[in-house]
Amino acid sequence: MTAVLLPERTTRFPFPFAADSYRYSTNVEPARRVAATEAGTWGAGVLDVDGEYATELALRREVLAADPTRCQQLPHMRVAAWDALTTLLPELAATLPGVTALRVRGDRWSWRNDLTATSTSFTVGDDDSLPGGPLALLGSQIQEDVVLLDQREGSLWADAGLVTFAADWSMGFDVGMRFLEVHGPVPRVHEAGVVQRAEQFLMRLQPGQEYRRTNWTMTVDRRLDTSTETYPVWARDRRLVVDDPALPDRLHLRVEVQHLIRLGVSNAVCFLIRTYLLSLRELAAVPAWRRRLGVVLAELPEDVAEYKGLSRFRGAAVDWLRAAD
Amino acid sequence: MTAVLPAPAATGAGEQARLVLEVSAVADAAPGIRTLTLRRPGGGLLPGHPPGSHLVLDCGGRRNAYSLTGDGMPAAEYRISVLLCPDGAGGSAAVHRWRAGDRVTATGPRSAFAPVSTARHAVLVAGGIGITPLLSHARAAVRWGRSFELLYGHRPGAGAHLAELHALCGDRLGVHEDTAELLARIGSVLADRPLGTHVHVCGPAPLIAFVEDTAGALGWPADRVHAERFSAADLDPGEPFVARLARSGLRVPVPAGTSLLAALEAAGVAVPSMCRQGVCGECRLPVTAGRPLHRDLYLAEPERAAGDAVMACVSRCADDELELDL
Repeated sequence: MTAVLLPERTTRFPFPFAADSYRYSTNVEPARRVAATEAGTWGAGVLDVDGEYATELALRREVLAADPTRCQQLPHMRVAAWDALTTLLPELAATLPGVTALRVRGDRWSWRNDLTATSTSFTVGDDDSLPGGPLALLGSQIQEDVVLLDQREGSLWADAGLVTFAADWSMGFDVGMRFLEVHGPVPRVHEAGVVQRAEQFLMRLQPGQEYRRTNWTMTVDRRLDTSTETYPVWARDRRLVVDDPALPDRLHLRVEVQHLIRLGVSNAVCFLIRTYLLSLRELAAVPAWRRRLGVVLAELPEDVAEYKGLSRFRGAAVDWLRAAD
Repeated sequence: MTAVLPAPAATGAGEQARLVLEVSAVADAAPGIRTLTLRRPGGGLLPGHPPGSHLVLDCGGRRNAYSLTGDGMPAAEYRISVLLCPDGAGGSAAVHRWRAGDRVTATGPRSAFAPVSTARHAVLVAGGIGITPLLSHARAAVRWGRSFELLYGHRPGAGAHLAELHALCGDRLGVHEDTAELLARIGSVLADRPLGTHVHVCGPAPLIAFVEDTAGALGWPADRVHAERFSAADLDPGEPFVARLARSGLRVPVPAGTSLLAALEAAGVAVPSMCRQGVCGECRLPVTAGRPLHRDLYLAEPERAAGDAVMACVSRCADDELELDL
């Protein structure tokens, strides 16, 4: 038997399907547990830095320059934004030893990152000491998108965030909404109580607790920025890809690893979204994935497929995935 | 060095790592009130926490919740101030026996009395030892530049942390040794603070009732009045029971303070689980006899009423025995 050397993109891919059918559920589990897949592992840490680091951070800079509304922060989220930065920079320093350096002297922090050519100092809580703000610095250092949820009046509120790689939603539109409102358009989950349970769960997280879940959709091409704002740019490709012979190379399974962290100081819930894309052809190098994605897609209820934006191409995707059987 | 023990058998929401702490200083804050400084035995930062959080300490065979008095930033030390309750169950007496160098175990920090980020102004009301969570609120408000005032009532000569409160709050502090004077002051403050103000009160039950009633009578929305009572917010450890596994015939005792899930796992019975907080639904087990005591957030009301399923991570049994289809 010949060992096939799979690329990093595949070996670290968080393949999300544990069964032959998919339904929404409150699929949370404790963070920092290595998850094994047929091709490798994922999930050792809260932040993930991979070979796409420089590319994705450059893309985030471009997106933000073109559309600053991707970064949102209501005034009362100031403490939460600092809290997110001071919680996650040490995390990144531990993830990238050698190429980063963090020095903390009381509230005076110095951060250096050789991979991004960053060198900065700031005073925690002093907005004037960090032009652009804590969220902007954080977003320039990690591949994850960030949403900060405030907890009050028995609800969670999406009151801040830096999101450049949204899967067909908009931080600018959602900012200030309740958790239940943000999830309003998702089919089935309200009847099943999934969103309410998720919110209850998140509101009971204690300082420092970290959980994670996966979510998924499909995207044409390696396009991370599929936010509502750029819909006219990417939406028609979902139709055009159907008859494109390059479909298996263009159509990607898009998986989000979402971390949910109760920030200690501010009591906000930090929601990290890390997006991974793997084309059908790359995915098919792992026969178990090819088979399972084909079955899951074929079985998926129409309303869920429609909400996820898969309706136009899922037949073609299923045909290609099953052709090998 | 950081000493962190494995998570305890969970009975309540949230499995946080146990902290092993060393008492590094002991001081008397007021007659009968002992302030303890706790740190990691090898040094290092302790987790940050929202103002008003508490630490659950193992003391004298009990687990008591004590408010952390710092501003909540990650720091090398936690501080608690504990009132000796001679008629209590012995927890505070045990804490008062601790000396510098003693090692103690704790869970937390846990938050159940946090400030509201959108508050235009905060009125903090403390009675007696109820000052401890509000000292934390005041420190954080000063640190982050939030508008607040603190009304502190205590018996004559029994005020704790007075010097630091004065230094911290300046003219935002009102101290009253006379109860009638305190209540009058609370009444006048609640009558004329701007819309968008939140009030946080901690103290004896009559003080909390007075604040709630006065605020209510003045038209304050209930969700702008926040009270912390002198008790922990956690799920209680519950009564012991026995899980009888119908198929294997195995009998698994579930002691108070141990979850059904943990007891089954310890007995070598594999149960799928994920969140271990009664939310995800993964550890649902079929029940064939005995009444489940549901404490989860997962099962819908009809499912609870049916009594034929139990979430093993948090729920227990109302009878001596719970028979499971395992």
